[in-house]
Amino acid sequence: MTSTGVLVGKHFYQGDEACAEGAIAAGCRFFGGYPITPSTEIAERLARRFPEVGGVFIQMEDEMGSMAAILGASAAGARAMTATSGPGFSLMMENIGLAVMMELPCVVVNVQRGSPSTGLPTLPGQSDVMQARWGTHGDFALAAFSPWSPQEMFDLTVHAFNVADRYRVPVLLMADEVVGHMVERVVVPPEDQIPKWERKRPDPKRKDSFKPFLAEDPDLVPPLAHAGEGYRVHFTGLTHDEQGYPEMDAEIHHRLVTRLVEKISHNAEKIVRTEDHFMEDARIVVIAYGSTARSARRAVKDARREGVPVGFLRLVSLWPFPIKQFREIADQVDAFIVAEMNLGQMALEVERHVRRPVTGVYHAGGAMMPPDRILEAIREVANRGDTHRR
Amino acid sequence: MRKEIRLAGFGGQGIGLAGLILGKAFSLYDDLEAVMTQAYGPEARGGASSTNLVVADRPIDYPFVQEADILVTLSQEAYTRFRPEAKPDALVIIDEDLVQPSSQDTCLGIPATKLAEDLGRRIVANVVMLGFFTATAGVIKREAVEKAIESSVRSSVVELNMKAFNTGFEYAHQTEGDL
Repeated sequence: MTSTGVLVGKHFYQGDEACAEGAIAAGCRFFGGYPITPSTEIAERLARRFPEVGGVFIQMEDEMGSMAAILGASAAGARAMTATSGPGFSLMMENIGLAVMMELPCVVVNVQRGSPSTGLPTLPGQSDVMQARWGTHGDFALAAFSPWSPQEMFDLTVHAFNVADRYRVPVLLMADEVVGHMVERVVVPPEDQIPKWERKRPDPKRKDSFKPFLAEDPDLVPPLAHAGEGYRVHFTGLTHDEQGYPEMDAEIHHRLVTRLVEKISHNAEKIVRTEDHFMEDARIVVIAYGSTARSARRAVKDARREGVPVGFLRLVSLWPFPIKQFREIADQVDAFIVAEMNLGQMALEVERHVRRPVTGVYHAGGAMMPPDRILEAIREVANRGDTHRR
Repeated sequence: MRKEIRLAGFGGQGIGLAGLILGKAFSLYDDLEAVMTQAYGPEARGGASSTNLVVADRPIDYPFVQEADILVTLSQEAYTRFRPEAKPDALVIIDEDLVQPSSQDTCLGIPATKLAEDLGRRIVANVVMLGFFTATAGVIKREAVEKAIESSVRSSVVELNMKAFNTGFEYAHQTEGDL
């Protein structure tokens, strides 16, 4: 028996709990995972909640198996998810690539902790954001989001499932320990207000001529037939033709990989999310994401009280990178500051897209960045004279 | 308005639940924003455990307690460890049977654990303390905390917890002259 089981109303949820509830609200009914701090509460809550809503919870032997399990569930039609942290995320890389190649929707939550290796199990980090983009081998594109509150752990989990299903792509929720463990109000909307983007499904009338990897629409996304529905499908990590059969041909390979990348880049506007404040008069813009963005917003407010014309831009989505939003503001401002709990990762991407000085405020992780460090950087940049007050 | 509140004691005193109840009271049953954080990892094991709340009338950016405005302690170790981190003029509330404050510190005291024992369940000392906190700190409405208790504990023990809350609340008023 499946039931919607959405707990509509106001709650005081931990970020990890909110993520689990977001998954349930999104219709996720399969979780395969291996517990790891600081993501364990997601697995715990789903293990308790799934029996109430007809979901399947499997604790797998490791993270490689976890990824494989959710891909199988996805191919059978389920909205499927796993949750992990850095060490498990590394083990998932191989099968995330398989998900990209087989175009199987799934959601992978990484509640980031101090890294590399086993690093700081109970303390925050944001140093897996480039791994999210390039961790599995090859050219590919996927989507990754960075929540900054328990509310967004809920909302972006829903959005992650929608993007995954709509574009047949693995979607990564790149949370961090601060956001995963903090407890705050979460409003769960009525079910009819929870957005639902459906998987594109094949036309049953064309069952006999169905080609599982033929993308006829301008969005470059082929319809997905589920296992057991009677369609002939063949899934492989090898380069394949539109029928899904392995094909060792340079042109077919180039066409396939290009489509996998372009189905995300061409649809980026529907996937990407940013949030900005105080941009009208901004000469300096502070960029941040996840928990660090909370400190950044505080620092920006403090600096504005000191008269510095500084704005705030939050990367709600990390990947695809919001290129359009950056191009729009890049020529209007004098300087950028990027604050992140790593030694300069998203800053590289900002530098690629703006022809303005980019100042980094970095920390390797282990504690949420204090607002004062960002405030000091704002003052320095303002005094250095990159900024010309109008 | 931004208030930083730290509740501290030793493991098993229900410090986490007290924080959760208080956080709910602020953010679900009053019109305030609240964020609760707890220490995870080795520093959270044994010894002093704490639950931290930031409460504000606007969205909260930085979620951690830096210098507590209000410190509630149910153990000597918690007092010794967290008193120096709180504001010098912080409101400090103690279980007066379990904490011996330093001589220059002005604290509000309640024998919360003893009052809980008188109710038959030592385990509700945290909720007795919540009642005393609500009456003395002046930051949260009584009804909000009561609703939060109702929605946080098993229905079979709601009555006991309400009694505990009321005991702490009334104690503040009985001893008002001494405060």
